Amino acid sequence: MSGSKKIAFAMFIFFFLVFIFLNQLSAKILLVGAAQKYQRIKTAIAAATKGDTVLVNSGYYSEGTITLTKSITILGKDYPVISGEGKTEILLVKTDGVMIKGITFSNAGLSFIHDNAAIKLDSVKNCVIEGNKFKNNFFGIYLAKSQHCQIMNNEISSSSIRETYSGNGIHLWYCRDITIKDNHIRGHRDGIYLEFVRHSLIKNNISEKNVRYGLHFMFSDSCSYSNNVFIKNGAGVAVMYTHYVTMTDNKFEQNWGGGAYGLLLKEISNSRIENNYFYKNSSGIYLEGCTRIKSAGNNFIENGWAIRLMANSMENIFERNNFIGNTFDISTNSTKNYNTFNNNYWSEYKGYDLNKDGIGDIPYHPVKLFSVITERNRPTLILLRSFFVELLNIAETIFPTLTPETLIDKNPAMRKFL
Amino acid sequence: MKILLKIIKYQLHDLSRSKWIIIYTTFFFLLSYSLFTFNKDFSRVLISLMNVVLIIIPLVSTIFGTIHYYNSKEYIVFMLSQPIKRSTLFFGLYIGLALPLALSFVVGTSIPILFNLGNIHGGFDVLIFLFIAGFFQTIIFCSIAFLIATLNENKMLGLGLATFSWLAFSAIYDALILFLLQILQDYPIEKISIILSMLNPIDLARLLVILKLDISALMGYTGAVFQKFFGSSLGTILSILSLIVWAVIPFFIGIRNFSKKDF
Amino acid sequence: MITLNNYSKQYGSLKALSEINLNIPSGSLTFLVGPNASGKTTLIKSLLGLVKPTSGNIAVNGITLNGDYEYRKEIGYVSQIANFPDNLTVDEIFRMVKDLREKQKNYDEELVSGFQLEPAFNKRLKTLSGGTRQKVNVAVAFLFDPKIIILDEPTAGLDPVASSLLKDKILKENKKGKTIIFTSHILSEMEELAQNVVFLLEGKIFFNGTVKDLINSTNRQNLERAIASIMNGVQK
Repeated sequence: MSGSKKIAFAMFIFFFLVFIFLNQLSAKILLVGAAQKYQRIKTAIAAATKGDTVLVNSGYYSEGTITLTKSITILGKDYPVISGEGKTEILLVKTDGVMIKGITFSNAGLSFIHDNAAIKLDSVKNCVIEGNKFKNNFFGIYLAKSQHCQIMNNEISSSSIRETYSGNGIHLWYCRDITIKDNHIRGHRDGIYLEFVRHSLIKNNISEKNVRYGLHFMFSDSCSYSNNVFIKNGAGVAVMYTHYVTMTDNKFEQNWGGGAYGLLLKEISNSRIENNYFYKNSSGIYLEGCTRIKSAGNNFIENGWAIRLMANSMENIFERNNFIGNTFDISTNSTKNYNTFNNNYWSEYKGYDLNKDGIGDIPYHPVKLFSVITERNRPTLILLRSFFVELLNIAETIFPTLTPETLIDKNPAMRKFL
Repeated sequence: MKILLKIIKYQLHDLSRSKWIIIYTTFFFLLSYSLFTFNKDFSRVLISLMNVVLIIIPLVSTIFGTIHYYNSKEYIVFMLSQPIKRSTLFFGLYIGLALPLALSFVVGTSIPILFNLGNIHGGFDVLIFLFIAGFFQTIIFCSIAFLIATLNENKMLGLGLATFSWLAFSAIYDALILFLLQILQDYPIEKISIILSMLNPIDLARLLVILKLDISALMGYTGAVFQKFFGSSLGTILSILSLIVWAVIPFFIGIRNFSKKDF
Repeated sequence: MITLNNYSKQYGSLKALSEINLNIPSGSLTFLVGPNASGKTTLIKSLLGLVKPTSGNIAVNGITLNGDYEYRKEIGYVSQIANFPDNLTVDEIFRMVKDLREKQKNYDEELVSGFQLEPAFNKRLKTLSGGTRQKVNVAVAFLFDPKIIILDEPTAGLDPVASSLLKDKILKENKKGKTIIFTSHILSEMEELAQNVVFLLEGKIFFNGTVKDLINSTNRQNLERAIASIMNGVQK
């Protein structure tokens, strides 16, 4: 690099820094609070211009619906409470580049006509909603037709008892490129709800004790869900009418009930379900009309049914999963099988491995006769593990009549996968 | 009371040295030990233990109990020529039988468990209920054994009945329930299925254990009665109460026969 | 004193004892005889409350039996077949019966030493011969010095030495005023003991009196012949 070029580069750096500095200077900070210049958030926002920060001191604010049409940052100090008084929506964002941080939103109004939310983002881009608390709102965070937004580190809780009286924790409708990360959602209708969403990432969230689904998405292709925890939701997690889904490293726990599933898959195709952990769910995974799903490296532990594979599912592959201590490993309502089970570990497997290659020498039949009987006639569950039922199961493995003959794992692993 | 304790004491002296009791204890020990050795998963151990509780314990308790009573016949006559009340003797003989059998199971099974405590993660509740179930299976089938023996002077007939009652309770009864539930598929049958199961002591013990072991599956049925029965402690309480009834009723019919009959 | 009033016992349609009226005075020595299935054992078991009456009643020392068990304190009983829990030792059997009854100052252990049971004390019952077991059975009955002693075929299985020892003991206890009732199918063997004879046949008392009376009335030289002649008479 020659001397003149060095000087030119240095000058460029200098002016660049000055520009940034001036820009910073021009951005104001507007203080809101009882003892501050602005007592109301709305007046501060009215006085703000693009790039300003409205800093809300701790206190209780009740100002009806606050509408944001400027790209500003709203920052809370010690979690000031902004309440919808159980009547209105709280914050309506109608412009791009908004950031909301450190605020407690409470009591966005229940409505049977409008989807009232604590924060609603309507047709915006590049917004960040981070580190807020949401208490007893109808909907928590509602994004419609928005893109490139981030929803992170929020604590969203409600105490809903009935589906009709509650909205969703995080609700996305016609969105793309959204990141939902590190949120904790509890007690809503659906913890996280996505409809017509593309290319979004849902990661590290905890969704528990929601009335309906911990996570619910429909028509949302090419999204990825990883490292989330779904516990004790009314009906678990439901995924419907979607292609190219990636679900990895999630935990699905203790979703109990006849209509409760660790993971309900309906009309899903070309997706991956890997390294997830299903523990003590009534049904680990329920598949209906699913094709080309690859399920590998998952742990199914102590579920009622690890996998319920319904007749219209095909070309799905189940590999290297651990099936440990489930009441039923696989159940199906079909006598045919178009899916592949290969090299899984089954704790119920009683075979041997003479050549010591880690693979059992006789195939494993994961569908028991009794699981077929209970699939058709549920009250027979009362006979679970009775001597007679065990005899039936043994007889069926010798002469299969009701269970699909080809639904077998030809290479059952002798040791569980770590 | 004092006499009762004396009778029990000498019964225990006798049975604790009996080769059958020693074999029975060893059986549980070896079984439990090998289950831990050959199974990597504790859930498999629990399921195998459960099958033993539900099949072996009733079988041994009824057969051994019946034989024990018949073999004690002259001894009973001898004891009744002493100034002893009949019901006291019956009670003493019964406890003297049921207690060592129950202890055999508990001691034999639990020693390998104690040695493997480090390998057990969770499932303790199931284990505790397995022990409760095993205990009840022992006392119930001992009282059924004594009932059968007091009703039949003929040893072969008594043994046949004992074997049959075991078979009936452990398999035939459930086969009939399954058959019935299949026939009545289109009707609301969940209540019937629970009630029918509660009439059989082996089913009761089974329910007690699966309430802990397979609760995820049991909750997988939407029926309101199932939800109520399995979802709360109601199922456990009702099962234990019914097990107590099952232990007490044959015992008291037995004691009544014993008090009335000729020797 | 033992009294039976109109005592009947029926097993199903089989009449084991019918309308027995019998009085066995205190201090008497009674030989209960009769062919097989004549009701001897049923009668003895009735006295012990092991068999419940179909009708009638029994009084022992003035107390009518009604399921009460206290009166058996006064009775020592030697059953036909002795059987104790297999795995108890002889010593434990003695300790057990002592435990079951009220504590006594003196136990009559004459037969224990007479039968030379001490060496067997630490042996389990199942390892003993039938004879030794019977010795234990007999010795236990005399242990409490009871006022009434009932022996059902006591000499069965005993060797001649033990058998004569027992007979001596019976005579000795009777001299002390004990009421003794015994049965035996070997009439000649026990004849020397008998004062009174109660002869049962098909559930009824055929003869009740002294041995002398019985022999005299039949003109035979001994008890066995006398009984045989009665039975022949009945069959004809």
